[in-house]
Amino acid sequence: MNAEELRSLKVDRVVDARGVACPGPLLEAKRSIPAVPLHGVMDVISSDEGTTEDVPLWAKKVGHEYLGTLAEPGLWHVYVRRGK
Amino acid sequence: MSGGATEVHELGFDHGVGRAASRTEEAEPQPSGLSMVVFSGDLDKVLAAMIIVNGAAAMDLPVSVFFTFWGLNVLRREHPANAEGKKTMIEGMFSRMMPRGAAHLQLSTLKMAGLGTRIMKREMSKKHVSSLQELLRSAQEQGVRFIACTMSMDLMGIRKEELIDGIHFGNVASFVDAADRSRISLFI
Repeated sequence: MNAEELRSLKVDRVVDARGVACPGPLLEAKRSIPAVPLHGVMDVISSDEGTTEDVPLWAKKVGHEYLGTLAEPGLWHVYVRRGK
Repeated sequence: MSGGATEVHELGFDHGVGRAASRTEEAEPQPSGLSMVVFSGDLDKVLAAMIIVNGAAAMDLPVSVFFTFWGLNVLRREHPANAEGKKTMIEGMFSRMMPRGAAHLQLSTLKMAGLGTRIMKREMSKKHVSSLQELLRSAQEQGVRFIACTMSMDLMGIRKEELIDGIHFGNVASFVDAADRSRISLFI
């Protein structure tokens, strides 16, 4: 998805993992996904750039869809659609 | 020379397509998951191990961690109930000289008589890196199997009641079995 599409997504759950270091944001994402409705969207906010790799890899591995990342100064929004 | 020819023939048979195909049809489960030996009792090494373990568990890999030798100290309780009395002199010495639990491990380098570890812990908390205790807890919450090596326990005189809750006890076969069923195996 491009930035515009990502911005217009209806987000079902925001996971604020700012200030948490690896593997914190990944664990937060894993903990939070059950609370997202099936095919719903989760926005993982992280101040750790590594999250922009970790969360997509995790999503692919466990059966969710990585939608894209929006970068802001010092933080990243990583969007995942719950797949199962 | 004829022996060599037989060998080639046998090798050819072993790796034959027919055999390979029938082998996959036997529905041997594809190995997946992570098995790890934590041999080290150094804070930095065990931290790295636990970060990998937590990541693997988050990615739905079955994970088994076998704690042996100095790694056993990671699983020690800080205040075990009356285990000291039953120990031999040497066992008591081990007990007193080795770090009692995750909170007491030291760095493998930049030790500076304990100062290095203190500085590292302060930096970790400033930068919101989880402590080793938190990582151990979160690994257990995620269903990671911790196995304490019973041979090391005997050797160092460490009793079950001196170790934290929720762990399994086993020997080399426990690890080899876990390793055999996993695709990734690490020794730390």
